[in-house]
Amino acid sequence: MNVAVAVYDVKQDTFAPASEAGPAPKRVVVAFGFWVFLLSDIVMFSALFAAYAVLVRATAGGPTGVQLFNQVNVAIETACLLISSYTCGMMSLAVSTRRRADTYMFALITFVLGAAFLYIEVHEFADMIARGATPQRSAFLSAFFTVVGCHGLHVTAGLIWLAVMMAQVAIKGFRPSVDRRLLCFALFWHALDIIWIWLFTAVYLMGVHP
Amino acid sequence: MIDAPYDLAPGDVLILDKAGRMAASGFGVYTIGLILAVILTATSFWVANTSLLWALGVPMGLVVLAIAQMGVHLVFFLHITTAPDNTNNVLALAFGVLIVFLVVVGSLWIMTDLNTNMMPPAEMMNMHNRP
Repeated sequence: MNVAVAVYDVKQDTFAPASEAGPAPKRVVVAFGFWVFLLSDIVMFSALFAAYAVLVRATAGGPTGVQLFNQVNVAIETACLLISSYTCGMMSLAVSTRRRADTYMFALITFVLGAAFLYIEVHEFADMIARGATPQRSAFLSAFFTVVGCHGLHVTAGLIWLAVMMAQVAIKGFRPSVDRRLLCFALFWHALDIIWIWLFTAVYLMGVHP
Repeated sequence: MIDAPYDLAPGDVLILDKAGRMAASGFGVYTIGLILAVILTATSFWVANTSLLWALGVPMGLVVLAIAQMGVHLVFFLHITTAPDNTNNVLALAFGVLIVFLVVVGSLWIMTDLNTNMMPPAEMMNMHNRP
């Protein structure tokens, strides 16, 4: 067993050719599997984006994007998600060097920024609905609430996941299984930011541009 | 190979005595990524609001900026590289991009075409009522 680990470490170090390297380490396989899931999630979002782009002019005489979208809110939301992506990266570094206090601190910052993003988004939705711009009003609004709300649900799931991971770090410590889950969480959180890039570009900025 | 610490697949296992050294340079990588992303985001917001640019070119400019920022996120945050153990990730990404492109561009193309060729509603009603 120890011999196997030693050989495995040497191979890691020197990057043997694929024909000699043997099976990939579990972390690489897990990350690849999760990456495939993320890509399938992105394909799902692409369908929602396509629906939005097709329906963006179908306002049925109701409010349009120019009347509804508040760019200042969008800028704050973008800043929240971008900085939380950065602190999530800092958390990954803290995990890889086994700095427990830093891990908690950066996870907390990531969580607070994600929660701030969600708060602003829910506020924005409530405001729109109060002004009569409900999902039932027009095809444009149905598509808007679907694509932005779906991203919001992903952020919510990410926040719950992050809280669960911190509980696991506290109870189980940095064992390999927890490491892999933290790795997948980081991939998930960064991928959400990539989807948000397209949301603020295709929905909000193109929406306010006449 | 070892001197380029980011030639690792996302989540490749770290040799623990190297982890500290890699974390130090990892801080730099994330920080560069953040700075680039902030610059690109700020440019996007500026492009959408300025009157200095040709208005019809603005959506195209926004798309280019978004693609650039996606690249920054993939390289600096998700650590997609050209390393040998990253080949599978890159191939999966290429396939994902292909599908996304087909879904979005295909939908827009077909729906625009349908809108252009659609008969006016009155004519459709006539056709519907025809015996």
